[in-house]
Amino acid sequence: MTTTSLTRPKQRTLVPMYWIMRLARNYLLRRILIAFAKIVIVVTITFFIVRLMPSNPVETYIAELMDQYGYSYEEARDEASALFNLDLEQPLWEQYIQYMKNLAQGDLGTSYRSRGTKVSDLIAKFLPWTLFSVGTALLISFTLGILLGMIMAYKRGSILDHGLTSIASIVSAIPNYLIAMMILVFLGVQWKLFPITKMRGAYSPGMKPGFTLAFIKDIFFHATLPIITYVLTTVGSWMLAMKSSTISTLGEDYVTVAEARGLPERRIITSYVGRNASLPLITQLAISIGFVVGGSTLIEFIFVYQGIGQLLLNSINARDYPVMQGVFLIITIAVILANFLADFVYGWLDPRIRTQ
Amino acid sequence: MTTLRSTWRMLTMNKVGFLGLLGVLFFVLMSFVGPYIVPLDTQTKVDKIYQPPSREFWLGTDSEGRDIFSQIVHGGKEVLMVAFLAGIMSTGIAVTLGALSALAGGWIDAAIMGLADIVLTIPHFPLLAVLAGLIKLENYVLLAFILAVLAWPSLARAIRAQVLSLRERDFVEAARALDLGTRHIILREILPNMISYIVINLIFAMTSAIYAQVGLVFLGLVPFSGKNWGVMLSLAWTRGAIFYKNSLWYIMSPVAAIALFQLSLVSLTRLLEEIFNPRLRTTV
Repeated sequence: MTTTSLTRPKQRTLVPMYWIMRLARNYLLRRILIAFAKIVIVVTITFFIVRLMPSNPVETYIAELMDQYGYSYEEARDEASALFNLDLEQPLWEQYIQYMKNLAQGDLGTSYRSRGTKVSDLIAKFLPWTLFSVGTALLISFTLGILLGMIMAYKRGSILDHGLTSIASIVSAIPNYLIAMMILVFLGVQWKLFPITKMRGAYSPGMKPGFTLAFIKDIFFHATLPIITYVLTTVGSWMLAMKSSTISTLGEDYVTVAEARGLPERRIITSYVGRNASLPLITQLAISIGFVVGGSTLIEFIFVYQGIGQLLLNSINARDYPVMQGVFLIITIAVILANFLADFVYGWLDPRIRTQ
Repeated sequence: MTTLRSTWRMLTMNKVGFLGLLGVLFFVLMSFVGPYIVPLDTQTKVDKIYQPPSREFWLGTDSEGRDIFSQIVHGGKEVLMVAFLAGIMSTGIAVTLGALSALAGGWIDAAIMGLADIVLTIPHFPLLAVLAGLIKLENYVLLAFILAVLAWPSLARAIRAQVLSLRERDFVEAARALDLGTRHIILREILPNMISYIVINLIFAMTSAIYAQVGLVFLGLVPFSGKNWGVMLSLAWTRGAIFYKNSLWYIMSPVAAIALFQLSLVSLTRLLEEIFNPRLRTTV
């Protein structure tokens, strides 16, 4: 699929129609356009959903002032309306057009709640931690899943295989937030293996972010429990997928031929079986990156980890529309990009589908 | 007698699956019949806070000295209902739209598949979190419907592909040649061949409905109403039940109930796979 877009036309014509047809047939360009259209549609849907929610940022803020600081309703209302430049009075479609215009210029707006803070700054502050914890966990769980899956396939029918298969299906059946809670309760509180209150946040207060060994150690320390949770809840499906993929690869002719040629066992396992069996899983890996970013909300809430899920929850509770919308946009883009990536990675890894 | 015995043999041929079936039956009985036998303990007993399990309190007591076991018994009905309704509705939507897409073709096909693509792209849990604020999800039929609206696309795609391939098969061709009518072809020839796939997907749809539903309640995004394992979990969490040794039973009871029910459902799919697919059967 990529090669067609990369080869240059043999004779260049200046007829515009020719180029339009070429562009329409161009796979890459078509995919980009579709991805772009999807983003626009999802943004539109979420814009209206978010704004149709009952209650609004002013009301929640008034309620909070009255609850926490003992303001009277009038005082709270004055205070609140001074804070927000009430563009909520504008008709919805005008707000929408304005929002899209700003978005086209890369402007995600400013938070209602933390005055003057740009949504993009908030996202830049929270997103890296989600990407870091989820990314590390995915790498660990993918590698582990591939290794264990291959072992299971080679030793299929053994006690080891049965044991691992049962464990894999059990951990992937239990919701990830329940596993997180069990980790917290047993490893953290009952057995005191982890100092859970110290592990909250993305890094310790007073730590200076930078490329120092102390800081890197610190961020891994804080991400430990989320990473363990993500690994435990995702490794099972990698194991089972790799097992079945390996078993079907073992039946392929080229493996038999490699064995007949007397190639060393090690080489057959790594470059003949392992490499081919993991192909379909790599596509899955790319797709799951997008979804895990969206699914981190509950885990980050449980471990009080400062990631994008936490930001989303805070903004939902405060009805902070621009932040909600911004986070949603980022997660959607992550999913779309991941799908996009999956297609091209697969085309790149597997020459058989490239010729189409 | 022989049919009884062969049914029994069919049910027990996959041990894990049979355990799953027993688990599902247990939870269904407990949640729908149990409340009539075990009364809900609503009385605050200050002297009996966080009691360990005993003969009087099978699973101990909560932060107000109320029996946890009775809460577990009463808290299942809503979770199971939402899961079942969401599963049925999403499967219904998926089968209808998937089959329609395959049979109608043209722009209808393109529109349905485009819609499926968009629904698949939207991150579900964040959207649900937002929607939970939009609509008061006290009404569990509505909650189930929203879960279903988000859950249909992948099954619809699979159904479409299956219908497209099945309708080219010889037996469908034969039925068409015999002029048996579209209704007969869909209901008698095509549908029975997809039924195992549909039922197994129904169960997986139920597990993801439980995931989303309990997650939403736990985050406090759905207004609390009545007794429900998710509400128990959320209350235990906000009252700090994770931090004490004595409150372990309070938080772990709903965790265990949800986890065991999920496990039973997933194991049940293994049994169903064998029942529906005779080629997989280990014994005849």
